[in-house]
Amino acid sequence: MGRYFAIRIGRAALTIVLVVTFAFVVLRLSGDPALMILGPEAPPEVIAAFRKAWGLDDPIWLQYLDYFSAIAQGELGRSMRDGRPAIQLVLERIPATLALTLPAFFFKVALGVPAGIYAALHRGSGIDRAVMMTAVAGFTVPSFVLALLLVLIFAVQLGWLPSGGQDSWRHAILPITTLSLGGAAVLARFTRSAMLEVLGQPYIRTASAKGVPWRKVVTSHALPNAAIPTVTILGFMVGTLIAGAVVVESVFAWPGVGRLLVVAVANRDLAVVQCILLLVAMTMVTSNLVVDFLYGFLDPRLRAKGAHA
Amino acid sequence: MTALISIESLGVAFHGVPVLRGVDLTLRKGEALGLVGESGSGKSVTWLAALGLLPRHAQVSGSVKLDGRQILGAPASVLDQIRGGRVAMIFQDPASALNPVLTIRKQLCEALALHRDLSGEAVKAEALRLLNLVGIPDAGRRLSAYPHEFSGGQVQRIMIAMALAGNPDLLIADEPTTALDATIQAQILELLSTIRREMNMAMVLISHDLGVVAENCDRVAVMYAGRIVEQAPANQLFADPVHPYAQGLIGALLPLDGPRRRLTAIPGTVPDPAHMPGGCAFAPRCALAADPCGLAAPTLAPIADDRAVACIRAETSRRALLGIAAE
Amino acid sequence: MSAPLVEVSAIARSYAMRSGMFGRSTAVHAVDGVSLAIPKGETLGLVGESGSGKSTTGRIVLGLEPPDTGEVRFGGQPMAAPGTQAWRAQRSRMQMIFQDPLGALDRRLPVAAQIREPLDIHSVGTPAEREERVRELLRAVELTPAHGTRYPGALSGGQRQRIVLARALATKPDFLVCDEPVSALDVSIQAQVVNLLCDLQAQLSLTLLFISHDLRVVRQISSVVAVMYLGRIVEIGSADDLFARPEHPYTQALVSASPAPGRRSAGRIVLSGDPPNPAARPQGCAFHPRCPRAIARCRSEVPTLSGVGGDRQVACHLVAGPQAATRDAA
Repeated sequence: MGRYFAIRIGRAALTIVLVVTFAFVVLRLSGDPALMILGPEAPPEVIAAFRKAWGLDDPIWLQYLDYFSAIAQGELGRSMRDGRPAIQLVLERIPATLALTLPAFFFKVALGVPAGIYAALHRGSGIDRAVMMTAVAGFTVPSFVLALLLVLIFAVQLGWLPSGGQDSWRHAILPITTLSLGGAAVLARFTRSAMLEVLGQPYIRTASAKGVPWRKVVTSHALPNAAIPTVTILGFMVGTLIAGAVVVESVFAWPGVGRLLVVAVANRDLAVVQCILLLVAMTMVTSNLVVDFLYGFLDPRLRAKGAHA
Repeated sequence: MTALISIESLGVAFHGVPVLRGVDLTLRKGEALGLVGESGSGKSVTWLAALGLLPRHAQVSGSVKLDGRQILGAPASVLDQIRGGRVAMIFQDPASALNPVLTIRKQLCEALALHRDLSGEAVKAEALRLLNLVGIPDAGRRLSAYPHEFSGGQVQRIMIAMALAGNPDLLIADEPTTALDATIQAQILELLSTIRREMNMAMVLISHDLGVVAENCDRVAVMYAGRIVEQAPANQLFADPVHPYAQGLIGALLPLDGPRRRLTAIPGTVPDPAHMPGGCAFAPRCALAADPCGLAAPTLAPIADDRAVACIRAETSRRALLGIAAE
Repeated sequence: MSAPLVEVSAIARSYAMRSGMFGRSTAVHAVDGVSLAIPKGETLGLVGESGSGKSTTGRIVLGLEPPDTGEVRFGGQPMAAPGTQAWRAQRSRMQMIFQDPLGALDRRLPVAAQIREPLDIHSVGTPAEREERVRELLRAVELTPAHGTRYPGALSGGQRQRIVLARALATKPDFLVCDEPVSALDVSIQAQVVNLLCDLQAQLSLTLLFISHDLRVVRQISSVVAVMYLGRIVEIGSADDLFARPEHPYTQALVSASPAPGRRSAGRIVLSGDPPNPAARPQGCAFHPRCPRAIARCRSEVPTLSGVGGDRQVACHLVAGPQAATRDAA
């Protein structure tokens, strides 16, 4: 078991390094941070001083080494805009993002999974078709379009809900709804196909032939097997809890991590961008590790050591 | 002797396409019936329909009586009692016939809990007894194992154990050995024979392998394109097949010893159920076909005691066969 | 007696198999010391159950995989290494047909184009000549040009297998390896395809290696039969004789397991125990754990193939070799 996880953790670490390196390179290649932050009218001496202060004149490999040694020491850099430690900026935004993504995750699962299961059990029926059509609409419509549509209907036309900002709990309704619908649609479709695949397996017929009532066949035989692929996609969704709301936060002017990322990228605020990416990579990788762990729990075939083929 | 199970005019269609076109079968207690046919013959569908195991959209008609009581179209609660209890069914593909995420113990005990009034330690004891009966070594430890830890032959034995859990009167074995190696096939068939004799259980053995059916069954029914075309005691059928299709099938079966002869191949292919020829479904491939064959599908008519054939050219066919034998 | 077209000398092939998620890897000896000789125009039947190594042997004989040790010679010449130019040139002389005809055909192309493909690859004749050859091949497998325009999905199993056969014969190969070609077909279609194979072999003087678990079909088409168990040949002899009078206990069990109408189950040899696991091959004779007549010697010493009269060879301590005389003393 130890070796199994050691390999996985090693791979995870490598992934994180690669992600951050990639961000590092792209950000520096795409424009001069000094110009972005200080503006094009700033006098050249100010720009030069800025560059010197932030080490931007050093050769790129030196910057890279500096960066990684800093991370190793827990120093994640400072925002070029306001000089505060990047990690602090990011951490103070996380609660706002979670206030959206956690409830949205809950609703996605509560809505999407039962819909998918029901559709699979009543395949070909009117309800199945309705659920599937809604699901397709849900995941093909881009989230910002959905967000704007909801704003148009509920904020502008009906005036029931506010269209932006974070002043009261009412402000969270539209963003959470936008996030939930898209995710629920994906989950519904996915759960449906996982269930259909399982229901077509010979062991379902064996269970029926044994005289197991259909209800029990679904709960004891079908669902535990359908859970295995579903867990994959749930794990992915958990991985996006921190930065999966970039578009929605932007549309609703919600001050979360996503919004911070957008602003930081626009400003080439290197430390902040790198910090967020590091955080996202770690979240994703951790949730994947947890999913791998769960597989072993859910699927005995993966647990076996030296099983007879 | 009253029939244990009696099927009359059973018909099954999927989306308007008939795959079973009126099947009549009876089975007595303790009898072994072999059901032989190729793909599309409807041999499996017959029993899936009888037990209500077909998908919801299947259109089933006719009558199936167990001990005189109609079970076709019965409510789910009634069928759940019968399935696994009075009538058990085992299937072909051992690799995926057992739920991969549940232990053998859970799956066996599920069957026991449903059909026998046992609890606690008695259930476990019975599960062990069944596993020993079917020849799974080290049963005590193996109870907590998962299906993927067993070989194909062992999984099939476990299926048989699960089927026996409810003390059924009838066991339907749908191609139980097709996916297994020859030597394992022999083991499983021997096991089935032993169990059948000891428990006086009726059995339906469905197979495309004539040899398997010949050796293990008292009576054989040959199916083609959704109908039974010949029914006879096993030894009589193989010595003296009457229906041209049955003759063709038996002619395609080679002995392992004796002189080699060219296989008598039946020309053509099994018709598509959606485009079934009018009249006798076998006529396009039949060497003895005449004009009347294309008019109406022949009914299964008795030609001797306990023998029935669905062919209007039966007499000619028989004479032809006897003529060859006489040469 | 002419030199054999295909000659295989003591080939062996192992695969490394890892047991479980992180267990140590064990060597699976798929094929272990197999020697065969197939004369031109003859058919060698290779029989065995799963794990016997017969499919791997077929691939090695065809040159699709190199053996770890041993040698394959084709037409007197050693087989070229896979992927080399010489090997590619040899492809046109030897072909293979498999069990699953639908899997062997490309669903997106009409079947005539697929029959034509080997001709295109080896640049045989002009395009017009190739078209004519395709028509000729379709006739040879008893199909019409109209069949040629269809896609594999629109054909029946038997028809697909005929197309696979036509494609295999396109480049006029001398040698054909058939790996379970009729197992997936209905009984009545099996008969058709087997008859077709026999006819084509006679017409084209093909040399065949016919691999199957179905004894009856093998007997029908083979002149010589070799029985394999866990990577080794345990018995080899002329087809009729071998099935009528099997000598090796495994062959006897195989023959006995094959059900036949008119013979009831009494007298059937039923082997005890599980089918062999190639990753855990028993010491000594690989068959001894299941053999009803195993003696002490079988557990420690691997029997070698020895002649027992005529063209029959058996690898069994009880049947052949110097110790056969002492079997009563065991």
